[in-house]
Amino acid sequence: MDANRLTAEGHARRRFLLGTASLGVVAHTPSLFAAEDAPLVASAHVERGALAPVRLQVNGRDYMLSLEPRVTLLDALREYIGLTGTKKGCDRGQCGACTVLVNDRRINACLALAIAHQGDRIRTVEGLAPHGALHAVQAAFVERDGFQCGYCTPGQICSAVAMLQEARSDTISAATQDVRQRGPIALTDAEIRERMSGNLCRCGAYVGIVAAVRDAATRST
Amino acid sequence: MTQTATSHVIGQPLDRTDGPLKTTGGARYAAEFRPAGLCHAVMVLSTIPAGRIVALDTAAPEASPGVLLVLSHRNAPSLPKHGDAAFDPPAGRVLSLLQDDDVHYNRQPIAVVVADSFEHAVAAAALVHAQYERASPALDFQRERAHAHTPKDVNHAPPDKRWGDVAAGERVAEVRVDAIYTTPMQTHNPLEPHATVADWQNGKLTVYDATQYVSGVRDALAKTLGMAADDVRVVSPFVGGGFGCKGSTWSHVVLAAMAARQVGRPVKLVVDRTQMFGPVGGRPHTRQRVALGARRDGTLTSIRHELVAQTSQIEDWTEPSAVVSRMMYACPNGATSHRLVKLNIGTPTFQRAPGEASGNFALEVAMDELAVSLHVDPVALRLRNYAEREPATGKSFSSKHLRECYAQAAERFGWSRRTGAPRSMRDGNTLVGYGMATASYPAHRMAASARAVLQPDGTFVVQSGSQDIGTGTYTVMTQVAAETLGVPPAHVHFELGDTRLPPAPVSGGSMSAASVGPAVQAACRQLRERLVSLAVADATSPVHGSPSSAVTIDDGWMIVRDNPSRRETLAAFAARHRQPLEASAEAKPGDAKERYALHSFGAVFAEVRVDPELGVIRVPRVVAAYDIGRPLNLKTARSQMQGGIVWGVGFALLEETLLELRSGRIANANLAEYHVPVNADIQSIDVLFVDHPDYAFNPLGIRGIGEIGITGVPAALANAIHHATGRRLRDLPITLDKLL
Repeated sequence: MDANRLTAEGHARRRFLLGTASLGVVAHTPSLFAAEDAPLVASAHVERGALAPVRLQVNGRDYMLSLEPRVTLLDALREYIGLTGTKKGCDRGQCGACTVLVNDRRINACLALAIAHQGDRIRTVEGLAPHGALHAVQAAFVERDGFQCGYCTPGQICSAVAMLQEARSDTISAATQDVRQRGPIALTDAEIRERMSGNLCRCGAYVGIVAAVRDAATRST
Repeated sequence: MTQTATSHVIGQPLDRTDGPLKTTGGARYAAEFRPAGLCHAVMVLSTIPAGRIVALDTAAPEASPGVLLVLSHRNAPSLPKHGDAAFDPPAGRVLSLLQDDDVHYNRQPIAVVVADSFEHAVAAAALVHAQYERASPALDFQRERAHAHTPKDVNHAPPDKRWGDVAAGERVAEVRVDAIYTTPMQTHNPLEPHATVADWQNGKLTVYDATQYVSGVRDALAKTLGMAADDVRVVSPFVGGGFGCKGSTWSHVVLAAMAARQVGRPVKLVVDRTQMFGPVGGRPHTRQRVALGARRDGTLTSIRHELVAQTSQIEDWTEPSAVVSRMMYACPNGATSHRLVKLNIGTPTFQRAPGEASGNFALEVAMDELAVSLHVDPVALRLRNYAEREPATGKSFSSKHLRECYAQAAERFGWSRRTGAPRSMRDGNTLVGYGMATASYPAHRMAASARAVLQPDGTFVVQSGSQDIGTGTYTVMTQVAAETLGVPPAHVHFELGDTRLPPAPVSGGSMSAASVGPAVQAACRQLRERLVSLAVADATSPVHGSPSSAVTIDDGWMIVRDNPSRRETLAAFAARHRQPLEASAEAKPGDAKERYALHSFGAVFAEVRVDPELGVIRVPRVVAAYDIGRPLNLKTARSQMQGGIVWGVGFALLEETLLELRSGRIANANLAEYHVPVNADIQSIDVLFVDHPDYAFNPLGIRGIGEIGITGVPAALANAIHHATGRRLRDLPITLDKLL
C-alpha cells in the first residue's frame, strides 16, 4: 500500500490498536475476575471528589466547568452542560449513540474524558446547523425516514457527517474495492453500510439510513 | 384550493412530524428531564442466582463522597402486600423492591445508591458488598424440563387447546414431519436504556419514565406505594425504543420513586446497559415440538405444537408459541400445549411478536420440511392448506388477503427462478438459497380516548395519553386528526405521553394505532360537527344560514359545498370565539373479537448466500408483502415493517443471550457480545402492502403493524439456508459454526 495513504484516519487506527493492546493487559488482571461478590473498584489514587477546572468548546461556545477528572465527555455534555442531544446507549463504546465530532472527526464521547478534550473543537448534533435549519444530513434522515425511535439518530447523523468527509478525503474502508485508487471514494451502498456499522439502530432503520447518507453524499458533492 | 386537499391525508407518506426534533437533538427522553435538585441513583444487582443476603456492608458506600442514601432491604420502607400490590399477570410483574433478603436470580436488584453526581453514585455502588447464603439454583433447562408444569393461562389464552381428533389425523397421514425446534433467550436492547426520573412535591409524585404505557406505570406506582392514582403523574414524550421490555413497570421504576421519597430530592435512575440483561425481561428459551401429518397431495391431516419454555422462580410468564398453530392452516385435527420450566432467572416478558416470532419459526420450518418430503413447492403447500376460517374456532377472518401476499411477494422476488433441489443454485462458488414463510400476528384493540381543541389561531391541539416508541404515533395520529377535521397536517399539534391526557392503552401488542386512531377520529369528528353547527348559527359567518349538512371543512376553510365563495378560514372563525372549543371521545372495540378471527398476514421471501468453506451467511435481499389493513402512513409503515424484518434477521442469525449454567449470570450482557444486526448485516429489504382496509375490525380499517414484521423471517431464512446448503438447522441462531 502507498505509504502516503496513511492519512489521519490511519494514525487513528493505529492509536486504537495501541489502546486495545493496553486494555488487553488490564482485562487479564485477575482482580477484575476475582470472586464474584468482591468490589469492582479496590482503591483509587485520585483524591475522591477532587474537582478540576475544565474548559470545553462545544458548538462554538466556551463552557467553563468544574469536573472530576473521571467525568466522560458524554456525561459532561449531558449532565453538566445540558446538551442532551448526544445519547448514552451503552456507556462502553459499543453502540455509537454518543458519537460526536472532535476537530471534525467522529469519536464515541462515552470513551473520552472531558478533561482530555480542552482546546478541541467539539461539535454535537445540536451544533450541526444554525438555529431552526437542518443540516443536509439531518434533512435527508427526515426525508428518508432514517430513524424510528430517534435515540440512535444524533449519533448516526454525526457519524454520517464525519464519514462523508472521510470518504471525500480518501480514507479507505473494509468495503473499498480498490485500495490503490487515489481520490475521493465512491460511496456505494456497501461502503455506506460498512462505514455506518459502528452505529447500532435497534429499530432497524438501516435501509433508510443508507438512503439518507447516499442522498446527502450526492447533494454535497 | 381544491375540494380534496385534506380529504386524503391518511395513508400519505408524510415525513415524521417529530423528525426535526429527533434529528437535531431536541427530542427529550426520560433521562433528560432535570427537576431542580436532581440527584443520581445506581442499582446494585445480586451476584448469585439463589439464596439470601446474610450481610450487606453499606458502611463504605455510605461514607463515599456525595452519597445521600444506600437503600437496601435493611432500610427500605415496608410496602403494601410486600410490594406485590400491582401484581396482575401477564403484564403486572412481581418486582424486587428490597422487601426481604431473598435472591431469586443473578442480577436481581438488591440495593440502590443515591448520590449528588452520577460519578459519585457509580463509585459508591461498586463498594456495596453482599454476603450470601447460597441455595442450589435451577439453571439447566434440559435437566429441569422433567419438572415442567402447566401455566394457568398464556396471555389470556388457554395453555392447551385441541380440536378434531389429532390421533385419527395422524393415523390417516401418509407423510409425517416430527421435529424439535429451539430458540434461544433473547434480550430486547432498545438503544435507550430504561430510565426513571422521580420527583415528589407535597406528597404527589411526578415520574418521567421510558415506558410503553404511561397509565400502566401510574397505576403500578400508585398501587405499589399505596397512593391514589390521581397523585401520580407519568410523563413520557419520547421513548427510545421498547419492543416489549418497556411495557411492564419493572423494579427500577418503583425503586427510583422510593429513593426519591427517602432523600427528599428528585432522583434519576438509569438502568445500565449490562443491567438490562435480567431485571427488565427478555424472550425466554423455547423448545418446541411440531408434528405434522399430511396426505400425499399435501393436505394436512394433523398438527401438534408443543411448547416448553422457561420462566422465573417468582412468576409464570409464558411465551405463547403454540398459539400460532391454532389459526394458521386449515387442518381439521390439532393439539397445542404450553409448559413452563422454572429457573433462577429474571422473569421473561413480551418481546416483539411474543409467541408468534418463536412459534412461527417452528411451524414454518416444519411446513418447509413437509414440502421437501412431498416434493412440492413451499408456496403451493401453503395454498393447499389455506385457511378460510380459523381452524381451532371455526370463526371466519375479519379480512384476510394472504393469497395476494404470496402472489405479489413471489412475483417481486422472482420465486419462479428457484430450482427445487437443495444446493442446486450457485453464484460462482457461493451457495444460493431461496426460502419463504408465512407471517402473521393477531389484531388487538382496547378502549382509548382522545381530546381535540381548537386554538385561537385556528389550528388544533389533539391529545391522547398514548406513546410513540418509534412507531410513528405522533405522525399517524396527526394524519387521522387532520383528515377528520379537514385541515392540513401542519395545523394539528398532537400531544401524547402524559397521564394528564385522556387515557390510552399500552403501546404493545401492536394495538396503539388501532385503538387510539378511532378515538382521535371520534373526537375530531365531534369537534368538526360542533364547529360547523356554531358557524351556521353565527350571523357574522359567511356560512351563516346554511344547513349544517351543506357545510364542510376543507384545507382549513369552512365552506358551503354548493357555493364555495361562501367560506371563511378556521382562523377567522376561531378568532371570534373566546372560549376554547373542544371535544373528547372514547372509542371502544365492539364485538369484532367475538364475531371474527382477527389477524394480519404476510408472506416473506428471502435469499441467502452461503460460503461453502467458511459457512458465512449473507442475506442480500428480503421481499415481503403484508395484509395489515390500511396503512396510515406508507413511509412510517414501510419503515416499521423493514425494522421488523431486521429483527427477524437478528433472530435467525445473530441474537442469543447466554446463560452461564453455574452462576446464572449472563455471559454476554453487552452490545459487543450480544449481537444485534448492524448496518452491514442488512442489504435490500423490499416491503409491499396489499391494501385492504379492515372495517370489521375498526372504523379506520387499520390493524397493528408493530410486530408482524419479525414473524416469518427466521423461518424464511432457515428454509433458504436449507435450500442453499441441504442442511436443516432447527436451533437458532444459525451461526456459521453450525454449518461447518
